[in-house]
Amino acid sequence: MKFIDEFRDKGIAEGLIRKIRQTSTRPIQLMEVCGTHTVSIFGYGIRGILPEQIRLISGPGCPVCVAPNEDIDLAIALSRQKDVIITTFGDMMRVPGSTSSLQKEKAEGRDIRVIYSSLEALKIAKEHPEKSVVFLAIGFETTSPTIAVAILQTKDEKLQNLFFLNSQKRVPPALLVLLQSNQVRIDGFILPGHVSTIIGRKPYQFIAEEFGRPAVITGFEPLDNLQGIWMLIKQIEENLADVEIQYRRSVHEEGNPVALKKIDEVFEKDESRWRGLGLIPDTGYRFKDPYEEMDACNFNVEIEPTKEHPECLCGAVLQGIKSPLECHLFKKICHPENPMGPCMVSIEGTCHTYFKFA
Amino acid sequence: MSEEKILLAHGSGGKLSHDLIKQIILPQFLNPSLEPLDDSAKINNQEGSIALTTDSYVVNPLFFPGGDIGKLAVCGTVNDLSMIGATPSYLSLSLIVEEGFSIDLLKRIISSIHEVAEEAGVNIATGDTKVVEHGAADQLFINTAGIGWIRPGINLSGKNAKPGDSILLSGHLGDHEMAVLSQREGFKFQGDLISDCAPLNNLVEKMLDACSSVRCMRDPTRGGLATTLNEIALMSNVGMVIEEEKLPVRESVKGICELLGLDPLYLANEGKLIAIVPSDEADRLLKVMKNHPWGRDAQMIGKVTEENRKKVVLHTLIGGHRILDMLTGGQYPRIC
Repeated sequence: MKFIDEFRDKGIAEGLIRKIRQTSTRPIQLMEVCGTHTVSIFGYGIRGILPEQIRLISGPGCPVCVAPNEDIDLAIALSRQKDVIITTFGDMMRVPGSTSSLQKEKAEGRDIRVIYSSLEALKIAKEHPEKSVVFLAIGFETTSPTIAVAILQTKDEKLQNLFFLNSQKRVPPALLVLLQSNQVRIDGFILPGHVSTIIGRKPYQFIAEEFGRPAVITGFEPLDNLQGIWMLIKQIEENLADVEIQYRRSVHEEGNPVALKKIDEVFEKDESRWRGLGLIPDTGYRFKDPYEEMDACNFNVEIEPTKEHPECLCGAVLQGIKSPLECHLFKKICHPENPMGPCMVSIEGTCHTYFKFA
Repeated sequence: MSEEKILLAHGSGGKLSHDLIKQIILPQFLNPSLEPLDDSAKINNQEGSIALTTDSYVVNPLFFPGGDIGKLAVCGTVNDLSMIGATPSYLSLSLIVEEGFSIDLLKRIISSIHEVAEEAGVNIATGDTKVVEHGAADQLFINTAGIGWIRPGINLSGKNAKPGDSILLSGHLGDHEMAVLSQREGFKFQGDLISDCAPLNNLVEKMLDACSSVRCMRDPTRGGLATTLNEIALMSNVGMVIEEEKLPVRESVKGICELLGLDPLYLANEGKLIAIVPSDEADRLLKVMKNHPWGRDAQMIGKVTEENRKKVVLHTLIGGHRILDMLTGGQYPRIC
């Protein structure tokens, strides 16, 4: 078992596609919540092999896409401070803030470093005791446990010079807002496999119980996608609404209790601002008291007034209300080399995926 | 030479420069073109067109599994010459060294340059060494230029692809970029990640011996297979269809791609070539490639088409299809 090729088998894929065709009798719209799904669906040409009446719409996508301009502007303002090192995952480098980006600031000589793990930020902080190191803590629930561990370790080691710009997001309450807003018809959800590996199945129960929509926690290989879609169609055709797990090789009913405990040790739920969706209760985290001193918001910096490109549709795109193809900027002035909004930056952003594959 | 580190004085043009060149660099490369150490090398003319190319190498780290900056600096330039059907003959070698660089490491790199130049059968005809202050360059940068003579009767160009042609690929994708990435700060990947860095001139020679009607050759370096195919499709105003199941990717490379969200079709290679060939020659050429150490895992990966001009279409593993675009918005780490 190598966990890759087995899930890309052509014969099994054909069988699943046949089952989907046999089961599906009516037009439906399914939302893939996660950008990794969008990339996989486009990358394997899955939209093209599904019956026409099954429409897939892309949802909030990725944490980079939903980070509001304020957070980017704060990171940029911090990078301009004397003796500050910014550490960040690579995707954040090109995200346009109101007037600049981290990439542009780096070219101006600011000390901004791309890292691959939150623990690297710890290492850099130890190597540079004379500087303040800020880690851009961006992520869904998948990333939060590693951020929590970095924070716990910072405390343990009594490091005084590492700070966290907290732009973490929680997925389930955002889905609640999408369902409540009712701006786009969603007949079923393809739920994110990685986020669910951490949080388990229960936090999504409201989708079925309160809104009567089926949802399937799905893996990212092509066979996972096809099976997840088939499971959703079966529920819809049988008028059922349940939250099922397709991605059983990774997702357990209760999630990952160890990871959840780490999150709980460091953070408590808080409202959070999402691009396009605004301020949503319970969709973010704030530091619990003992860790508050590590909040990068404690820096006293002046942030420029926020502004976004007036025609950028990222906000509507990540709610599934608009497709990137409906955006006037798409491919004309907005492309991966010159992104106007975050959905064009992240490799899992909807606009970027459309640009690359559609 | 008693100093262990490169000093600014090593680049001053004085005694230390002289010692450095005489003791460390020259002994590896002596040949009739280099020997007089005049300001330029004299090279005897041959018949036919001369191919001239140049490339700078700034890879970080300098040493990686399967190669180092020196080997890369020779292979890259040799391969660029080979891809237009030239027999690489002479290289220039320019070193830009940061003050404080270890002389032992420099020796290792010079000897690696020597070794691969021997393998490729090219002479270093001229060179230059500069030393810059600490911080003004990152350890060592190398520039090589190369000349070669284009074989008579051969016309390789990105403009030559014709509908119906077959597309051959000489082996596994992404080995080089992954090998370099695996050595980066923060990555501790274990396993068989080894750069494919290799001089391809001998493989090309064997292929052109077997078939003089090859239309086009390219080495898919930065931007990977997908970008290179797009360049050819644009230049030749043709379409292409690529079969995903024919694309060779090692398990280790595939695994890390999954982990990091990378696509092996966009990863850099330093010892692979794509050949566009008339379809009735394809099987024969594939055999020639498979019989050569640098082409053992060669595959016929697709066709040039009349439809979808200037586009490359990928038939996916599960029977779908998608457009394979050029690399856009990628962050280039220093991989070559």
